[in-house]
Amino acid sequence: MSETTIVEPKEPAIAAYLRMERMPHVWCPECGIGTAVKCFATALERRKIDLDKASIVSGIGCSGRAAGYMNLDGFHTTHGRAIPFATGLKLSRPELFVTVFSGDGDLAGIGGNHFIHAARRNVDLLVILINNFTYGMTGGQNAPTTPLSAKSSTMPFGNFEPPFNLPQLAASAGAPYVARWTALHVRQLVWTIEEAIGKKGFRLIEVIAPCPTLYARLNKLGSGLDQMRFYHDNAEIRNGADPRDVAIEFQQKIICGKFVDIDRPSYHELMHAHYRKVLGDKYVPMKPEGGWISDRSGGTP
Amino acid sequence: MKADPAGVLTGVHYLDGDFAAGEGAMAAGCRFVAGYPITPSTEVVERIARRFPTIGGMFIQMEDELASMAAVVGASWTGTKSMTVTSGPGFSLMMENIGLAAMMETPCVIVNVQRGGPSTGLPTMVGQGDMMQARWGSHGDYEIIALCPQSPQETFDLTIDAFNLAETYRVPVLLMMDECVGHMTEKVVIPPADRIEIVPRRLTSKPRGEFKPYQLNGNIVADFARAGDGYRFHTTGLTHDERGYPAMNVECQEQCVRRVTGKITHNADKIIRLDEDMTDGAEVVVVSYGITARVARMAVELARAEGVRAASLRLITAWPFPAARIRQLAMRVKAFVVPEINRGQMVLEVERCARGAADVISLPHYGGSVHDPAAIAQEIVKAAQ
Amino acid sequence: MTNLRYWRVPLDDGHFARPRGEVVIVTERCKGCAFCVEYCPREVLALSTTFNRKGYHPPKVAKPGECVNCNLCEMICPEFAIFSYAVTQQPASASAEVRA
Repeated sequence: MSETTIVEPKEPAIAAYLRMERMPHVWCPECGIGTAVKCFATALERRKIDLDKASIVSGIGCSGRAAGYMNLDGFHTTHGRAIPFATGLKLSRPELFVTVFSGDGDLAGIGGNHFIHAARRNVDLLVILINNFTYGMTGGQNAPTTPLSAKSSTMPFGNFEPPFNLPQLAASAGAPYVARWTALHVRQLVWTIEEAIGKKGFRLIEVIAPCPTLYARLNKLGSGLDQMRFYHDNAEIRNGADPRDVAIEFQQKIICGKFVDIDRPSYHELMHAHYRKVLGDKYVPMKPEGGWISDRSGGTP
Repeated sequence: MKADPAGVLTGVHYLDGDFAAGEGAMAAGCRFVAGYPITPSTEVVERIARRFPTIGGMFIQMEDELASMAAVVGASWTGTKSMTVTSGPGFSLMMENIGLAAMMETPCVIVNVQRGGPSTGLPTMVGQGDMMQARWGSHGDYEIIALCPQSPQETFDLTIDAFNLAETYRVPVLLMMDECVGHMTEKVVIPPADRIEIVPRRLTSKPRGEFKPYQLNGNIVADFARAGDGYRFHTTGLTHDERGYPAMNVECQEQCVRRVTGKITHNADKIIRLDEDMTDGAEVVVVSYGITARVARMAVELARAEGVRAASLRLITAWPFPAARIRQLAMRVKAFVVPEINRGQMVLEVERCARGAADVISLPHYGGSVHDPAAIAQEIVKAAQ
Repeated sequence: MTNLRYWRVPLDDGHFARPRGEVVIVTERCKGCAFCVEYCPREVLALSTTFNRKGYHPPKVAKPGECVNCNLCEMICPEFAIFSYAVTQQPASASAEVRA
């Protein structure tokens, strides 16, 4: 047999998508966010996305730190405002591929208003929402997604506020693509993100992830591995399920899958079609390269 | 560079201040506006909504002022000049993201057409009560530039200056109009595009591997890299180092705060613009801004007619405050008279800078209308005694 | 494979080769979560009893040669601390560990 020299790589291929000089990252042991970041990076690689034109915007929170670890133009913005910030990026340079990567408290709590309006407008944003049922970074407070009866630092006797069913919220606001997986379903997550990358409009992918340090500890759910085992035993894949039926109750079944995948004109499509109809030749759309006016006498590219 | 003719509506117009601000923005090269309706500023975005689709601009009415400001900061990172427009209540909502823009050193313009406050206040009537908020509205230590036009023509001119200052100093610039100037209709002359100088976004010429978003390289501000040009930079509202990465330690905090404040403080003399009238040899100086400056001008004339050596010092830039000039004048004049359509805000700065060397008389007006020039004149005469 | 004992060997059996992989563990980055150990479909890994600098037990390759380069460990590790790469033949050493 011929000897082929195998060069043992020092880092995984995905390292090109990450800021390895900042490793190790801040996330706790057994936290699921790193896994979700990995899946996102893998999906980008498989779709051969032009990384120069990809931007990542995140908010505040554990999940919000993801922007700082990915080797893309990254923006770590204010709490809850990742989606409008990303809207500004996308609308002022339409050729960008913009991803919002943030947590349940950031996107559905303080950012709830922006979430529903972006879904309504169907702006071209890929939104990866890490749902660990808590505000992890600040110490495990009650979140709009915390299941009934679950304990948190601000509801020490258990939560009595009904939580959001995020797929239902997104779908009813108009999101054309809604999916949910857990941090265990790495392969499906990669395929779903890959598929979503190719689509337009407001695409929401909810990732149920373990929070061993706060949510699991405050509710005595064991380690992150115990939570992953729980997902293994209790996640049920139901592609095409009605979003109204996929609410999550405390330590009950988690329905995963792709729930919504419809064709709905995106914000840009609606805008162009409308202005062309109303203004005809007078309509001058924003160029895909953006609204930057260059100094023709200068040395800028 | 010269302005892009697409946005310049050259000619002689009869416009109100709000429309003039919109035209100024378009002439300056602004191509992204995100706003939310609020009286008395809405006409600015209404004008822009009408003209932008024909000049390659993008206007979006966002769901609230927080989203508007966030979108403006985001849009600026693609190299696009961006602006939002609001009044008091919206200004309060935008504060967190103005702080973000200051921290990330993002050039942008925020127009505040001030109205009576606090809270919902007098939506359709004049006020100047946001002046201190302009300087201190967001938390933490940061610096901004604030400009106060007194007429629709000056609104057009200062809007262009606002964008130029924002680009030069990579800072949010506030155009502090008031409802009177905003809703006053006057002649506005818009020159041809090749007579309008604008400062373009200065992009880095460094190769990708060497670019650091906050490395000054001997300049006042770091060079910019647009999102989408392949620089793969990172920026954050957290205290960050030159690479834009979060670095939360004492040394970095000091460096960061010095960086975002120093560029304004050390260049204040280049930024500050005043309109002085007969301040040499004056005994009483009237310090005013915005619509009040026009009323004060009449008051000064009335006072001079009574033999008082009255002068007017109009703040074109309210922030950074002309501390040195006020101190200088304080040594020579008897008194400053400061009429404002608020309970006395900029007068506190005048007092601080005068350091007791001259009397400082505050003439507050709680809002809703302008001062009576005769009342100001009376105070000037009294101050001269 | 016992279920398939009554099936004949597929006619094209000789055309396919099971992929082989080598596992690389960045021991110093590992935080001992054991996701990779739990979910490796070939049960290649086990938690070691050694410590890394931070006091965690990183995994070790317990069954060298069984890795088929499916990359599940790489995908599921939240720390970017383990991955596999394809090898077409058995390399000289049974497994590789990298000290980061």
